[in-house]
Amino acid sequence: MIDVTTKNDNTGDVRLTGISKTYGNFTAVHPLDLTVPQGSFFALLGASGCGKTTTLRMIAGLEEPTSGTVFLGDQDVTRLPPYKRPVNTVFQSYALFPHLDIFENVAFGLRRRGIKSVKKQVEEMLELVQLGEQARKKPHQLSGGQQQRVAVARALINHPKVLLLDEPLGALDLKLRRQMQLELKRIQTEVGITFVHVTHDQEEAMTMADTVAVMNAGRVEQLGAPADLYENPKTTFVANFLGTSNLIEAEVDAKSGEDIVLKAGGGKLVLPEARCSAPTTTGGKVLVGVRPEKISLTHADDAGEIPDGRNRVTGKIADASFIGVSTQYVIDSPVCPELSVYVQNVDRDARLVPGADVVLHWSPAHTFGLDAAQDIDAGTEEEAV
Amino acid sequence: MATVTEAPPLAPAPEKKPPRKRGRWTPYLLLLPGLAWLLVFFALPMVYQASTSVQTGSLEQGYEVTWHFSTYWDALAEYYPQFLRSVLYAGSATILCLLLGYPLAYLIAFRAGRWRNLIMILVIAPFFTSFLIRTLAWKTILADGGPVVGALNSLHVLDVTSWLGMTAGDRVLATPLAVVCGLTYNFLPFMILPLYTSLERIDGRLHEAAGDLYAKPVTTFRKVTFPLSMPGVVSGTLLTFIPAAGDYVNADLLGSTDTRMIGNVIQSQFLRILDYPTAAALSFILMFAILIMVTLYIRKSGTEDLV
Repeated sequence: MIDVTTKNDNTGDVRLTGISKTYGNFTAVHPLDLTVPQGSFFALLGASGCGKTTTLRMIAGLEEPTSGTVFLGDQDVTRLPPYKRPVNTVFQSYALFPHLDIFENVAFGLRRRGIKSVKKQVEEMLELVQLGEQARKKPHQLSGGQQQRVAVARALINHPKVLLLDEPLGALDLKLRRQMQLELKRIQTEVGITFVHVTHDQEEAMTMADTVAVMNAGRVEQLGAPADLYENPKTTFVANFLGTSNLIEAEVDAKSGEDIVLKAGGGKLVLPEARCSAPTTTGGKVLVGVRPEKISLTHADDAGEIPDGRNRVTGKIADASFIGVSTQYVIDSPVCPELSVYVQNVDRDARLVPGADVVLHWSPAHTFGLDAAQDIDAGTEEEAV
Repeated sequence: MATVTEAPPLAPAPEKKPPRKRGRWTPYLLLLPGLAWLLVFFALPMVYQASTSVQTGSLEQGYEVTWHFSTYWDALAEYYPQFLRSVLYAGSATILCLLLGYPLAYLIAFRAGRWRNLIMILVIAPFFTSFLIRTLAWKTILADGGPVVGALNSLHVLDVTSWLGMTAGDRVLATPLAVVCGLTYNFLPFMILPLYTSLERIDGRLHEAAGDLYAKPVTTFRKVTFPLSMPGVVSGTLLTFIPAAGDYVNADLLGSTDTRMIGNVIQSQFLRILDYPTAAALSFILMFAILIMVTLYIRKSGTEDLV
């Protein structure tokens, strides 16, 4: 689909061409082309059942693709069993061997490849994940976070071309998860191995990955750098699944230079043409999107102070929740029943309480346009995980 | 409950005491039937047999306790071949059960899919028929000149087993092989069930993890599956070996006088010769021998932290 970057050394590239997986009548993964460049931290993001884990398992060799080819570097590994592939997996539930101690768990891969003197390597690896002291304990004697680090060490010690991580942080509590995200990112930078990380946590994907592929119903919806995906979603699913988006249905009125002028609820909105992924024929429908934190809120009495050239929408505050760093407003507007606005708590206007009439305004540069033929709510339910 | 100022809420407190008291005794009350059962049907008979084993006298004049411990030495000296034979037969049957049962338990646990319950029922189905009848059926199966013996004969299997001393000529019935076959058949479910239970508990992802870490399927079995199934192997072998070592029905129905096991000796001492002290002494020797073997075995297999 999209080749992100190309570096000279491509032995750690993962290249999927036309890969798909069907179970009976159910298609878990639709034919998919994907290239993960050597040394990158790549995240497959999506709700449960979107095919991300199946894709990962096909790379690992744990699942046989119905069609298509898996390349590692220039080698076609589609028909190779897992034990012959130079990739290792960190499993969702860690899958540590309960009958072996931590040292032997980490040494497992080395021993299977017939390496005799494993002591030094295992000790170094346990140091890297800060578990040197625990070498002779059994997995069940460790905490969740420690087990997770053993799972990473056990995979990394083999110096795989690609490390696959299947929701490795799902079982940890929030604080530990944040800590392990930074830890994994540090390790990845240190060892320089290609990481393919599967997660349903959009924040996790955006924090850790260089490139994120958002998957939905067995297809990649969009692929790109986290900031790019967030600022320029191409589908309603991506717009709603990554953070929150306000989507306003509008009609194309005219084009002026590099901007498109749209009509929405009697008002006019301006959208840069470059940020619109929908066909724009005059009179056609477009979904105008804007992120809640990009919107400023001004009381209706002060509407005259709003600078020219900003997109405006009027409305009434339906609800306000104080979060600490910000206040989250829900605005009832003629163009859209529930608009979200996040306002930083810098100078709080005491008049902005539920029931107040307000004007929402934002810079046209922060506006994006989506094809109105899509389901406007796609990706919203799953977003809360 | 937490109210301090008002008096009425305190009222339920005294009412709470009796159930608490009853609660303290409930575990013991629940234990009582089991303890009574053990006392009447295990502890008392044991004491009674122990005393019998050190008595002397005759059936006509009655027996009395004379602390005649040499009964044990005499019994051991006279019947050690039967003891050894019991250990050998029971050991062979246990190994055969393990070799036959393991693949089947593995199949049921990992490969059977929707057939799992059906196969489990087939494993247990023989229990619906009497032990005795099933053993008698083997008499027909292994009958002289029957299809099984005929087939084994024409495949020259019997030549090999004769050479090993397990069969005699072209007969299978009344040979050690027949007894071991009967024991294996009768105790196979006791091997399969614990094996299945411990195999079924193994997380399938461990197999995937082993494969992912460069272990070939055979290595995965050797390094992951088998070690993790050790609790099942140990309990299966114990459940097979212990009753097989004391069994006398198979040796009686399928064997001959040359295949008498210690169970047959004890049975005839008790019921035919009516030499109670010797019979009791033999029972105790068998019990202690098994106890020692089992202890050594469990120590050796080192499964404490897995069970």
